[in-house]
Amino acid sequence: MADASSRVVVVGAGHGGSNAVAFLRQYGWPGEILLVGDEPILPYHRPPLSKAWLKGEATAESLALRPADFYPKQRVTLRLGTRVEAIDRAAKALRLADGESLAYDHLILATGARARRIPLPGADAPHVLTLRNAADADALKAAIGPGKRVVVIGAGWIGLEVAASARALGAEACVLEAQDRVLARVASPGLSAFVDAAHRAHGVDLRLKVGVEAIEAGAVRLADGSRVPADLVLLGVGAAAEDSLARTCGLAEPTGGIRVDHNACTADPAIHAIGDCTIRPLPGGATGRLESVPSATEQAKAAAAHLCGKPAPAPEVPWFWSDQYELRIQVAGLAQGAARAVTRLRTTDKLSVFHLDAMGRVQAVEAVSSAPDFMAGKRLIGLGKPVDAAALADPAQPLAALAVG
Amino acid sequence: MPKITYIEHNGTEHVVDVAIGQTVMQGAVDNNVPGIDADCGGECACATCHVFVDPAWEAKTGTANEQEASMLSFAATKQDNSRLSCQIEVTAALDGLVVRMPEAQH
Ligand SMILES: Cc1cc2nc3c(=O)[nH]c(=O)nc-3n(C[C@H](O)[C@H](O)[C@H](O)COP(=O)(O)OP(=O)(O)OC[C@H]3O[C@@H](n4cnc5c(N)ncnc54)[C@H](O)[C@@H]3O)c2cc1C
Ligand code: FES
Repeated sequence: MADASSRVVVVGAGHGGSNAVAFLRQYGWPGEILLVGDEPILPYHRPPLSKAWLKGEATAESLALRPADFYPKQRVTLRLGTRVEAIDRAAKALRLADGESLAYDHLILATGARARRIPLPGADAPHVLTLRNAADADALKAAIGPGKRVVVIGAGWIGLEVAASARALGAEACVLEAQDRVLARVASPGLSAFVDAAHRAHGVDLRLKVGVEAIEAGAVRLADGSRVPADLVLLGVGAAAEDSLARTCGLAEPTGGIRVDHNACTADPAIHAIGDCTIRPLPGGATGRLESVPSATEQAKAAAAHLCGKPAPAPEVPWFWSDQYELRIQVAGLAQGAARAVTRLRTTDKLSVFHLDAMGRVQAVEAVSSAPDFMAGKRLIGLGKPVDAAALADPAQPLAALAVG
Repeated sequence: MPKITYIEHNGTEHVVDVAIGQTVMQGAVDNNVPGIDADCGGECACATCHVFVDPAWEAKTGTANEQEASMLSFAATKQDNSRLSCQIEVTAALDGLVVRMPEAQH
């Protein structure tokens, strides 16, 4: 059992890492805690990077997850600007970029994800950006301005948020997507269609089923030979688990990611992993990656509880949010494999779609600017009881009758 | 600085100083008060900063705004005095405020 001489080292000072050290103290970890991260600034909120921060509506202070004095007050040694290069599991020690060796009794990997790059000719040019951290966001912010022509490759959450923020900043935005709909990987066709319409209504030049051939100075060349003028290009083609450190000690899967159980424990009992770098248990028995703040928080809690000998917290319904223009998009549960979709609300500025499994239980909800439907859906997913689909489809029937039980 | 008392569901009290202009949620997070996860960082998107305002203080904290009320409408442990603490800004008038945390935020 842990005592005052047991040292936990957390690698990666993002959402998962900062939350893990907080939960470790909340749950009474008696020993030393170190939080080591390679970014030079205090752990911060990542979601605003494509939203409020990009639009200039947030400050460095409001971006920080916790104030600087939080860490010493909680007896956490915070080492920023420090990259961990390798893990020696046999010796239970880390090698830092400057050659220093750092011993641990327990390790929590919270190394997050990295933006995917695609092997396109010209993709290494200086006007081609990705967005994962504050430095990326600052580069993007400096490049976007009124009249600038922003081309986003990939209509995923981050690409679309950047397009929306670019429009708010008075820039032109063109989004190029290979699939036949936006958010193809992460949303149902109903939500995709709604978001598509919103972007077009805000003047985004949205092009589906297009292939990109090359990025040139001042333009993106498409498969049909045409060119889209571009002052800057954002690659929004997804993120891969940042597992290079775990790979140094054999803890990364061949196809990427660090596999963990419901306690966020890896194959090595001395090492936990949390957040975007993990392949984790999902509702319904499958495993996969969940790139969201709530998932990183949930796993931070699970890892801290496990280390402190507390019972595992109850599993949470996965959820996510995105802000685009005046739209607040909230998704809970996983819609993949649902038997049917029930649309409850669809107006020009609101949408709610419930996804039911074969037993008629809600397995996911997608809501746009309809918080009650999102919250009710999230609760129905947690309850796991069949619902009356006809009542769900009828906005005149109160959700309360369905959600309470 | 105004003092705010946060009472965990198990009865544990935390009295902390929170600067004017901060939110009641930030006061909890910055001082590592258990029971307020604040996943969305105050965007009124998550409802994991749910508190019950001590009845004596309800007049001073005011009532939930529209977005907040709709987020709370299906919160598992909603009561009449439920608020999202990220939507309560600390003012001098809130010195002494007492809030209680629900059993679970999720
Ligand atoms: C632009 C953007 C918008 C987003 N919007 C939303 C949203 O609206 N809602 C939502 O739920 N989620 C959103 N996300 C996702 C969310 O931010 C992530 O799921 C969350 O940050 C994951 O936390 P994490 O701790 O796993 O990783 P991160 O927060 O990425 O932290 C990982 C940290 O580890 C550091 N690191 C990596 N390797 C090493 C090493 N070897 N040594 C030292 N340090 C290392 C990294 O530099 C980084 O600081 C968004 C992400 C981005 C990029
Ligand atoms: S912090 Fe998310 S709603 Fe208050």
